[in-house]
Amino acid sequence: MSRNVIGWLQAAPLAAVLGCFLAAPIVMIVIVSFWGATEYSIYPAFQFDNYEFLFGSAVTYKVFLATFKYAAITWALTLTIGFTVAYFLAFHVRSLQTQIALFLLCTIPFWTSNIIRMISWIPFLGRNGIANQTLIDWGLIDEPLEWLLYSDFSVILAFVHLYTLFMVVPIFNTMMRIDKNLLEAARDAGASGWQTVWHVVLPLTKPGIMIGTIFVVTLVMGDFITVRFMSGSQRANVGRLISNDIGLLQYPSAAATAVVLLLTVLMVIGILLRFVNIRKEL
Amino acid sequence: MEKRPASFYFLAAFFALFVLFLYGPTVTIGILSFQGPQGGLTFPMNGVSTYWFADLFREQAVGDIWGAFGRSLMLGLMVMVTTVAVSVMAGLAFRKRFRGSGLLFYGAITSLVIPSILVSLGVGLIFNQLGLKVHWATSGFGSQLTWTLPFGLLIMFAVFNRFDKSFEEAARDQGATAWQTFRYVVLPIIAPSLIGVALFGFTLSYDEFARTLLTAGSYNTLPLEVFGMTTNVTTPVIYALGTLTTLFSFLIIAVFLLTVWITNKRRARFGSDAGKGV
Repeated sequence: MSRNVIGWLQAAPLAAVLGCFLAAPIVMIVIVSFWGATEYSIYPAFQFDNYEFLFGSAVTYKVFLATFKYAAITWALTLTIGFTVAYFLAFHVRSLQTQIALFLLCTIPFWTSNIIRMISWIPFLGRNGIANQTLIDWGLIDEPLEWLLYSDFSVILAFVHLYTLFMVVPIFNTMMRIDKNLLEAARDAGASGWQTVWHVVLPLTKPGIMIGTIFVVTLVMGDFITVRFMSGSQRANVGRLISNDIGLLQYPSAAATAVVLLLTVLMVIGILLRFVNIRKEL
Repeated sequence: MEKRPASFYFLAAFFALFVLFLYGPTVTIGILSFQGPQGGLTFPMNGVSTYWFADLFREQAVGDIWGAFGRSLMLGLMVMVTTVAVSVMAGLAFRKRFRGSGLLFYGAITSLVIPSILVSLGVGLIFNQLGLKVHWATSGFGSQLTWTLPFGLLIMFAVFNRFDKSFEEAARDQGATAWQTFRYVVLPIIAPSLIGVALFGFTLSYDEFARTLLTAGSYNTLPLEVFGMTTNVTTPVIYALGTLTTLFSFLIIAVFLLTVWITNKRRARFGSDAGKGV
């Protein structure tokens, strides 16, 4: 059998799943985005109404801006925290066993339910929650802070809580492959600790940072449930725009928004992929 | 041993805070799920009881959570087995270049980065237009695979990037067929990583929400059921449920990690049994 045929046979199941449940749905969404809708049903058509409405509405731009804002802030925070944690694990923990154990400690929450992890912030952030009680007990504030829960703050807090892991893992993975002699050389050449991190470790960690960035940015941009739950439905992002339309059975309008969101995400990823070769970094 | 620099203590403190940040909320709802029967959603504790755990077993209080748990478990196992099998095959395929491999690779990356709600919406629309009923075991199953397979594939890339080809060459030189080489040489060597793929497959499926939202049909999976509860349940019963599911996840993770650990131990003790046949 030729090399191609064996390759195709082995890749066929993956191709079949991606074809049926990824490619076909995308095609379907693109088609439906040109359809029309009544209050109760959708009908085939070829009209640009959905897009015209989408681009004609000021809400769209506001919501896209909010989505980028969430992505940018979450990215900055997860990168800072993720880099620091990975740096500690990779360069300050000396035995491999401890490294693996602490690394697992960081990754285990990833395998538990996101929704439960969001719910678990309620007793912390609520009006009578732990944070407010503590601040009042310490005499720092007199009135409970209202912006702790159901605000941009709680949305971003939840994003950071859920997704910092996606930074820690690839950055740690890249750091573990850095030749320790390079750090020693930097030190011998008179570099301070900061200089070593900034001029040696950071540039060498770029591929890991890029992979983490791809994960965090796409997860935040595509999210709808975290924003809905953590803001008590008071904030919006593009995902919520789509899910609201779905709730109202306005599938064509949801599809049009989805197409624009998908193009936006793919453009961002396309730019990021120019900086890293994922297959080489694994 | 070299003396620890001051930065070590600063970073260690930072790391400890990070772990506290990760686990603190989970531990808190763990404690709060033992609220007394009159207790509320926040502190103070109004007595200590297992009332809310018992509440989970009263059908009318929480709806069909045990049915949902059974479906999520079943679906998780289906996704797990499929993810392992499909990822290994695809991983093998990608070791050599074949026509279309680049396209398929970018397909997998797209599958990873595409907003989950698009998969949900698209699959839902297709089933709708074809006149098929969405069901967790068909449309839900397929939608979840678009999330687990890319992870499986990436792990397989990592595995095969580190795979020493001389083992296979040796087997072939000894006259092993392609199947024998795979079955008795490659498979035993990559087995521990497959346990990792299985762990991803099961847990990602078990916790998946967005991709099953419009594709699960009339019977909810557990995450959907839990989310439904957040809008209409205002008692600590939801904490009790959260605590139990988290404990269940921990148990699953422990089983997988233990299996890997035992496999590696055995291997260290007996040496590699790769190539020795059965």
